[in-house]
Amino acid sequence: MSTIDAPAKDPFFSRSRLRVLFREKPIIPLLGMLAVLVALSEIIRPGIVSLNWTGVIVRAAIPLAILAAAQTLTMLTAGIDLSVGAVASMTGFLVATLVGDQGLFVAILVALVVAALVGLISGIGTGVFKVHPLIMTLGMSFVVLGFANVWQLRMVQTGAGVPDALRWLGAGLWLDAIPHSLVLFVPLAALIIFGLNRTGYGRLLYAIGDNPTAARLSGVRSWQVLVALYIIAAILAGIAGFLYSGLTNVASVTLVDSQLLPSVAAAVIGGTSILGGRGGYGGTIVGALILTVIASILSSLGYAVGVRQILYGSIIVFVAAAYTRVTGEL
Amino acid sequence: MRWVRRNVWTLGLFAILVILFVFTKLIQPSYGPAGVRGLAIGVLPLAFAAVAQTCAVLARGIDLSIGSMMALTSVVAAVMMEDRGEGYAVFVIIFVLLLGALLGAINGSLIVVTRVPDIVVTLAMLFIWAGVALIVLKSPGGGSADWLGDITRGSLFNEWIPRATLLLIVTVAVIWIPVKRSRLGLSMYAIGSDPLAAYRSGVSVSRTKIFAYMLAGLFSALGGLSLTATTGIASPAPGPYTLTSVAAVVLGGVSLAGGRGGVIGPMIAVVVLSLLRTDMTFLAVDTNLATVAQGVILVGVVMIGSLLELRRERREP
Repeated sequence: MSTIDAPAKDPFFSRSRLRVLFREKPIIPLLGMLAVLVALSEIIRPGIVSLNWTGVIVRAAIPLAILAAAQTLTMLTAGIDLSVGAVASMTGFLVATLVGDQGLFVAILVALVVAALVGLISGIGTGVFKVHPLIMTLGMSFVVLGFANVWQLRMVQTGAGVPDALRWLGAGLWLDAIPHSLVLFVPLAALIIFGLNRTGYGRLLYAIGDNPTAARLSGVRSWQVLVALYIIAAILAGIAGFLYSGLTNVASVTLVDSQLLPSVAAAVIGGTSILGGRGGYGGTIVGALILTVIASILSSLGYAVGVRQILYGSIIVFVAAAYTRVTGEL
Repeated sequence: MRWVRRNVWTLGLFAILVILFVFTKLIQPSYGPAGVRGLAIGVLPLAFAAVAQTCAVLARGIDLSIGSMMALTSVVAAVMMEDRGEGYAVFVIIFVLLLGALLGAINGSLIVVTRVPDIVVTLAMLFIWAGVALIVLKSPGGGSADWLGDITRGSLFNEWIPRATLLLIVTVAVIWIPVKRSRLGLSMYAIGSDPLAAYRSGVSVSRTKIFAYMLAGLFSALGGLSLTATTGIASPAPGPYTLTSVAAVVLGGVSLAGGRGGVIGPMIAVVVLSLLRTDMTFLAVDTNLATVAQGVILVGVVMIGSLLELRRERREP
């Protein structure tokens, strides 16, 4: 079915070195691509690239990067989480409706507990019952959306408002350049990268995605790993939901739905294989930045929405195809 | 007996459908032919979407772009038919069906040529086709030939048999039966159950895959046409068809790993899901809980299915 590339005779042959670079350190070519895109923005609209512009881009990329973190982690195990959009919208909405009566702390806690519960169910479905993650998380997204709608009808009288603290966190900029959300994002990203590379749990995710049978034979209880994984993914989606509602100052049960596919795209562009076992979070962060810059370029060009979507889709195919070509694997 | 065992899932689903109809009649004695006709019309686009998804999934693929292909074909049909004669619509139908097949063939070729996983390529194509649809038509509009709508409304032979259902069955049968009996149809199942074995026995995996996606595009075009025909206009925004089609395929007993299942199961599954929604309105249950029920059923059925699979694997290792 697939053509097997001839093994490179010379290990220093440039093509093969490029291949190794892409496979081992995809973040370097990705940063190059990001730089090209930023330069492109400057060429298209001279003077646009400024500290403020950078801040705005980073601020928009952070919630996407957190959402894509859930996607990266599940994709490493050859899974996917299609419920991130529904879960993120739900947590943002829950906080906005609960904050009035219960206070911010309780509201956030309740939202995260509900998100974790959703993740627990998804994890049990995929881990214990071996339901395909695509189906399991798709089903859960229906369940979450349905309950969120019911909740919305209940709460419509009390009124909803995004708490000031979330707006500060999601939309605020220090000196018009440094997003407040970095306070949350930097430790979170460090934790994820450290967890993936340096902890046993992180390596288990790669092991399960790379070869589930080998992982099982070497004594990995994959169901426990998967249950924990989907809980983590749902909590990450929940955190992203807080930031989205803060950024847009909107609380709606479908707010983050449109970000589901971009979150998958960010992870794919970042070099995480949807077939599992390869990738990392560093690439995903750059992927989220790349997508945000592309979106900003496309909107500054003043193209119609249709053209923007076509370009967006083409870029995803192109980058994914380039990966497959260069690394010689899927 | 063998036939029963092979089709146990579809038969079970059909039994559920019958029970659900009886139940509907019990809770709402006035539910009659009119209700069935309304249901049949509502189900039409969804059923085509489900069949389209089945084609992709059987060949071990998945097509996330079905919703936008439907939107695109629907707006193209509506724009072409607006303020035109009734006869012109025949030409439009042929054109749109060819267009659908072309869109699907592009999806399939990209998957084969780039060797990027199906789910990523069709995810990207979801954006692209939706973008093209927006360029063709900015906001809902266009028009449709009257006779197109008429052939879906009303009933034939018996007041309980809606025309929309007959139309669906005939259209799917005309396309699916020859395909399934052909060499290419067999190859679709073959690459779905084991691509390597299929390749070694001389099946062209690439060509078959492109063909499977082409079929998916063709059925999506039928779905798009039925959207235009039943509503009289078209909207460039993709409906919820992609995700529902995945749900219907799984409920319909098609294995997501490919190679197992047929088109009848998913079509029945679509009717079951829609009827369930109707029942919940009759019972005055919050319709939002119907969405919850859809998710729970989807997950529950798959869980039971995979439990059965696990047990079977344990028995015959």
